Amino acid sequence: MDQTNKYTHTSYLENEGRFKGILSWLLSTDHKRIGLLYMNTIIVFFLVAAVLGLLMRIEKMAPGADIMDAQTYNGVFTIHGIIMIFIIVIPGLAAVFGNFFLPIMIGAKDVAFPKLNLLSWYIYVIGAIMGVLSQFVGGGAPDTGWTFYVPYSAESATNVLFALTAAFILGFSSILTGLNFIVTIHRMRAPGMGWFKMPLFPWSLYATAWIQVLATPIIGITLLLVIAERTLNIGFFDPALGGDPLLFQHLFWIYSHPAVYVMILPAMGVVTEIFPTFSQKPVFGYTAIAISSLAIALVGYFVWGHHMFTSGISYWSRWFFSFLTFIVAVPSAIKVFNWVSTMYGGSIDLKPPLLYAISFIFLFMIGGFTGLALGSLATNVHLHDTSFVVAHFHYIIFGGMGFAFFAGIHYWFPKMYGRMYNIKLANIAWGILFVGFNVLYFPLFIIGLQGMPRRYFDYLPQFETGHFVSSIGAFILFAGLILMLYNLVRSRRKGPWATANPWKGVTLEWQIESPPTHENFETIPEIKHPPYLFKKEND
Amino acid sequence: MEKPGHHILSYNSLLGVLVALLSLTALSVWITNFNFGTLSVGVALLVAAIKGATVLTYFMHLKFESRILKLMVGGVFLLFALVIIITFIDYLLR
Repeated sequence: MDQTNKYTHTSYLENEGRFKGILSWLLSTDHKRIGLLYMNTIIVFFLVAAVLGLLMRIEKMAPGADIMDAQTYNGVFTIHGIIMIFIIVIPGLAAVFGNFFLPIMIGAKDVAFPKLNLLSWYIYVIGAIMGVLSQFVGGGAPDTGWTFYVPYSAESATNVLFALTAAFILGFSSILTGLNFIVTIHRMRAPGMGWFKMPLFPWSLYATAWIQVLATPIIGITLLLVIAERTLNIGFFDPALGGDPLLFQHLFWIYSHPAVYVMILPAMGVVTEIFPTFSQKPVFGYTAIAISSLAIALVGYFVWGHHMFTSGISYWSRWFFSFLTFIVAVPSAIKVFNWVSTMYGGSIDLKPPLLYAISFIFLFMIGGFTGLALGSLATNVHLHDTSFVVAHFHYIIFGGMGFAFFAGIHYWFPKMYGRMYNIKLANIAWGILFVGFNVLYFPLFIIGLQGMPRRYFDYLPQFETGHFVSSIGAFILFAGLILMLYNLVRSRRKGPWATANPWKGVTLEWQIESPPTHENFETIPEIKHPPYLFKKEND
Repeated sequence: MEKPGHHILSYNSLLGVLVALLSLTALSVWITNFNFGTLSVGVALLVAAIKGATVLTYFMHLKFESRILKLMVGGVFLLFALVIIITFIDYLLR
């Protein structure tokens, strides 16, 4: 698999352009360099938020105040949520792998608006820094949770304004990235690449981009309304001022539920690339997977009310949103059946990307099925605001998007850096991560069913065992993360040289040099075949 | 991937659109004199939607764009209309 000699071409890593050193990164409009800027920023913030998560688990290892008081705990889970949601999982896969691979996979030299792309990163960094700073300036760390529910967020004396502004700014980055991707996919596909000759990761990015462009402005305006209510005393949401708190929940979830699909659709796109490559078989049901991405994006717009079943919305609204919640499970299930069918009868190569991709299916299925329990009106009343929701959410977001991110980085690492990581170490890290993840989050389902509320700093004695086991899982998970990051970070400079196509992939990114050159292609390719055409050895 | 032609609207057309937009603005102020009850938000949104559509059609040259772009913009309008309708139906049925 590995070459003994370094590659001979000038890669994007060496091509600094007009500027030298750090400026060649900070002022680069190369989509690949911007993808890496996002990735490094996200990893830094991820480690911060993961440490906060670990601190919460340490606090809950035993009843009572162990390492922090209740108000500190409120601040910690709020900033953990804000960082993880707004800074990591919403931009995550699209900003990193979308930026890096979308142009390459559709046969383009860059995105449609390279300067806008760089601007998006700067807006993202400003918003991210503001989010973290909200912990340290003003009236204390925000304690509203990442959902900023009114009336509390309009009344809390903590530094909510700063955090709201941070989320507002981050939204702009998301919108601009989405806009860039829509135009890129419409205008810059290589000659011959019709819509149904486009690989499925770009398809998922296309569906995601529409959600980013259409839904994000709603949260931006909503957060502005909360700011206006706090600063100008205008009554949008506060009943005392003539407002309606449920209106906030409607507006918040009109964005934030589709945002879950912003997180998960690119994740589905990543694993859809991995299954055919490691099965050496065309993807099963190409058209169904492509259309199901659009279906998820579309139906996903109309299920926001399932977050509000116990809030006091009308009976018919509850019925309507519950029904559509079950409908949105259909296109997700179509994808799962197609991934499994892709592997069926294939030449399976259990390398780290495939291990992560298979774990993605396993964890996403648990998250999905428990989502149906939450989508049912009767069971939702019992489970709402319990740690069952926390477990469900983490299975979807971390088990889904997180594991797909790990799958993607292990899949595309040799293409991005031209080097290979230690596969044995990667397998071990995967095992530790998978075990740690389940030990951490599965007990939360059980104690949630038994009535453990979410966001509580302390608990009754009957929940102690569940919390203790969960905290042990957090340590295991963290150890796996450190091992995985050590392997990848070390291999960026010290790993053995990788060939251009170590996994025998067939999409366009595997047909160019590793790492790619500045312009990706010497000449723009002409597309004559479907994207997943594997030749048999004798052909 | 088609490239629509370049269009320049005449000053008269642009002036006509401007007058229409100003008239609609006056209309949206004037109708606040009437009590439409639960439909008052809907009426305000209807006038705003007509204004938005006029800007898109003439000032932003949507009239001269390809069918796919028109469909995309129409789809977006439909989506937002549905989101608003569903939200307000919840209020009516509560």
